[in-house]
Amino acid sequence: MLAYIVRRLFAGGILLVAMSMITFILFFAIPSDPAQFACGKNCSLAQRAQVRKGLGYDKPVAVQWENFAVGVFKGRDYPDDKSLAKSAPQLIAHCAAPCLGYSRVNLQTVTQEFKQRIPVSASLALAAFLMWIIGGIGLGALAAVWKGTIIDRGVVGISLVFYAFPTFFVGLFLLKYLAIKWQVFPVPSYISIADGGLWNWFVNLILPALTLALFYMAGYVRMTRAFVLESMSEDYLRTAKAKGLAPRKILYKHTMRAALTPLVTMAGLDLAGLLGGAVITESVFNYNGLGKLVVDSVITFDLPTVVGLVLLLGAFVIVANIIVDILYALIDPRVRVG
Amino acid sequence: MSHIDVAVPDPDQSAVLVQVPDGTGNAASQLDPNARPVLTVKDLQMYFPVHSGGIIRRTVGHVQAVDGVSFQVPAGGSVGLVGESGCGKSTTGRLITRLYKPTAGSINFEGTEIAEMSQRQLMPLRREIQMIFQDPATSLNPRHTVGAIVGAPLLIHNVLPKDKVLPRVQELLEIVGLNPEHYNRYPHEFSGGQRQRIGIARALTLQPKLLVADEPVSALDVSIQAQVINLLQDVQKEFGIGFLFIAHDLAIVRHFCPEVAVMYLGKIVEIADRETLYTRAHHPYTQALLSAVPDVKQAAIGGRRERIRLTGDVPSPINPPSGCRFRTRCWLAQDICAQVEPPLMQIGPRHKVACHFAGELGKHPTTPVTTSPAVAAAASDPGFASTWFEVTTGQPTGG
Amino acid sequence: MTDSFLSVRDLVVHFPTTDGIVKATEGLSYDLDRGKTLGIVGESGSGKSVSSSAILGLHRGTNAQVSGQILLDGDDLLQLNDEQMRRCRGRDVAMIFQDPLSAMHPYYTVGNQIGEAYLVHNKVSKKAARARTIEMLDRVGIPQPDRRVDDYPHQFSGGMRQRAMIAMSLMNDPGLLIADEPTTALDVTVQAQILDLLQDLQREFNSAIIIITHDLGVVAEMADDVLVMYAGRAVEYGPTKEILVHPEMPYTWGLLSSVPDVTGDTDAKLIPIRGNPPSLLNPPAGCAFNPRCDHRDKVPGDLCTTVVPELTPARTGGNHTKRCHLANPDEVYATEILPEIAPDLVQGQA
Repeated sequence: MLAYIVRRLFAGGILLVAMSMITFILFFAIPSDPAQFACGKNCSLAQRAQVRKGLGYDKPVAVQWENFAVGVFKGRDYPDDKSLAKSAPQLIAHCAAPCLGYSRVNLQTVTQEFKQRIPVSASLALAAFLMWIIGGIGLGALAAVWKGTIIDRGVVGISLVFYAFPTFFVGLFLLKYLAIKWQVFPVPSYISIADGGLWNWFVNLILPALTLALFYMAGYVRMTRAFVLESMSEDYLRTAKAKGLAPRKILYKHTMRAALTPLVTMAGLDLAGLLGGAVITESVFNYNGLGKLVVDSVITFDLPTVVGLVLLLGAFVIVANIIVDILYALIDPRVRVG
Repeated sequence: MSHIDVAVPDPDQSAVLVQVPDGTGNAASQLDPNARPVLTVKDLQMYFPVHSGGIIRRTVGHVQAVDGVSFQVPAGGSVGLVGESGCGKSTTGRLITRLYKPTAGSINFEGTEIAEMSQRQLMPLRREIQMIFQDPATSLNPRHTVGAIVGAPLLIHNVLPKDKVLPRVQELLEIVGLNPEHYNRYPHEFSGGQRQRIGIARALTLQPKLLVADEPVSALDVSIQAQVINLLQDVQKEFGIGFLFIAHDLAIVRHFCPEVAVMYLGKIVEIADRETLYTRAHHPYTQALLSAVPDVKQAAIGGRRERIRLTGDVPSPINPPSGCRFRTRCWLAQDICAQVEPPLMQIGPRHKVACHFAGELGKHPTTPVTTSPAVAAAASDPGFASTWFEVTTGQPTGG
Repeated sequence: MTDSFLSVRDLVVHFPTTDGIVKATEGLSYDLDRGKTLGIVGESGSGKSVSSSAILGLHRGTNAQVSGQILLDGDDLLQLNDEQMRRCRGRDVAMIFQDPLSAMHPYYTVGNQIGEAYLVHNKVSKKAARARTIEMLDRVGIPQPDRRVDDYPHQFSGGMRQRAMIAMSLMNDPGLLIADEPTTALDVTVQAQILDLLQDLQREFNSAIIIITHDLGVVAEMADDVLVMYAGRAVEYGPTKEILVHPEMPYTWGLLSSVPDVTGDTDAKLIPIRGNPPSLLNPPAGCAFNPRCDHRDKVPGDLCTTVVPELTPARTGGNHTKRCHLANPDEVYATEILPEIAPDLVQGQA
């Protein structure tokens, strides 16, 4: 098991290195000058060259990548100019290891940026995850047990409606009625547990999390319903029935365990994707999470942030994959990792 | 005892039976020892690697699925391969159709060595060797019409111009007893037996010389099995196709094949013409297998045969028992069985057995036939294992 | 009323579908005593499995319509409410299935699943259930049962899985055991082991066994009585030896002639039953077998295609009934069928 994890992490590390290289290459393949973005519109050619040098964009891509890679392990200074460091140390920003870069746009290191943003996205993702898992699996199982009845059709139909509406619409709808008109919830803004306590953190999360959850839930209702129905037709359920087990026990012990296994893969990967930020929901509710950072950094050609985000989101997916595989082996005794 | 005489082949006696080309093809019920072989398999071996866990994956062992199998299929004749699940009979079939590449050994098809060929080299030969699968429901593409399925080989191999394909497909459907007008239907519109007929039509499309039938009837209802078996016998007679008939059902193999090989854990333990095998089997495993088959007619006239009960399960093919692989379940096993692997020895005109105690039926010799590793090694010379000798033994053999 | 242990009377199982009613079982009646074995033979779709599942009430909760009587020890199982039926399952009637791999839950240990059958019907501790499980695993011939009890089904071989299923079914010492194709998925040497085991256990527990199979060989070795089913109906019913020696229904002849055996004449061609099994949605009028029957022309008029034959006593007697319009089936069998399928037997008699 341990050897398996080590092997998978090693492979994941290689993947991350490749991803960072590809990001660098793609960034400079775009027919547009990042230095111009950093310098602004009214920027002379000389100024632009100055900025390019200051950002290190004048060096070959390979060297830039190498500097980046070394920085991850050793940390680096921005700008990396020994003479400037002596004459005006106050102009130098030090980025300690693990340094993913220094954003000239936000004037802080990428690592610092992540530290502020990750709790926002993670809170949102986890709250939404809990809601859609409980709601999706519960309603899906309900629909399967009452297959063909009005309950089944109602559950599936309503979840489809939420799936069909775009997230920003549902988000704005909830915001308008539940927060502004009826004032059931406060108009949400992210408050960390340290700042406002558990309750404030939670209450402010409800609306954006619900917006996300309603979207994801529809898929989980349908998948759970299908998996439960499939496992209901398995031979071993006939055996369980022939043993004289009560229907409730058959459902909870025999049917659900088999039906939920394939959902682990889906849930793990969905959660990993969401930890990387929910772009639309964060924008609607004005949450400064990773999703908004993705959009902003791409628009402003903020290479260090883009590379950092690619690696961070990639790492989320890689780790989630490993965890899903290990969970699978724990749930299904037929699966052995190794 | 005469069988000791054959343990070490005498070079003068070991002249291979004269192989007379015979284009007419044989009825399934006849065994012609002089028939030209369409397929000669020699020392065929298939080891599937087993990998370790750990950070660096190493090959820690092999599943010895097929280990040194030799036999011949005469042109237009049929050879049966029986054995229990996991004995390697299906793997053997897949090796011969080259769905797998063997790890060692030779597969000689009509004088061409195909064991080492690349997929590209095999292309023209794929016309000649076809396969029929067990489950017609899963081996036919549900999204293609029957016409497309049966006609595909003609188009792939560019045998006929496009406008001639449909008439040929209809002709084939008629041969296998389906309505030729149903060429535009889909597989799910047919019953299980009809689907197997479609599978047979597809296999016949390119007029193969060899058909590997892997459990062709075991997924079918009893009353339908006989229809398909009769159809296979008819097409064999009509087109002179050689059959390698793989099945676990001993009665069906006996009915179809004049020559039958019994496999256990990747090896042929006994091979003989059917009269000999089913009435005078010498290998304990063959005897156990035969005695386990329930027999309606015996029961109908009141007789219940004494069953030989095999205990335990088939050992793992990753780590098979030393010496004779059957010894862990054999009631005759003695020390030598664990030390020396018994060679496949010829003990009758068309009868070979791999057992130290193969003697006269019911009177197994108390001392093993092959007493020393040297004798066993001499007897297991590859040339010996794949040819028949003119032998005369003291016992009556061969129907 | 009879005083048999199990007495099935006029059992009907229908499944309404959008295309019409699937008549899976029609007017099935049979009796079975403790310590005896009934073999039910037929092809897929003959209603042999459906009718036996009805004994366990496995169709409850579906849209199946079941009528008739299933008297077990005098109680009509069809009259029980769902809770009473649930308590009866596994305690009075147990069942084993064709494919022991898919019949066991892949995520629970063998011991867990077997013990569950005991816990549900007995107020005992988990420890006691485990002890009983190990005892039963030992009884059905699983080596090292105290260790194997914690294995998962996929760690067992096919034969061992079927042994474990048998252990599960016998946990509560049921009076009736229904074995649905118990050896079809197994190799022939393992099949022999399992059939031996079932016979041993039957002697020990004096239970009644219904063995459902398509293999007349299995029936010949196991059953005291045989019930041949075709298209949902019993077409021939009686003592095994009677039916195998004097079959009087052309379908039974077809079953005998279409299967090769390991001793007979190798040159004898198999005589298949032509055509395909009928649709249960829309079975042929009259005798359901008539479109596939080679002897229809021996019956005067269009009796075969219009009137369903009654289950009448066989001409050779011996408590043996058959459903056929032929006036002299025994003679047809002796003169036309037997010489084809077993010439050696005919010569022996002559």
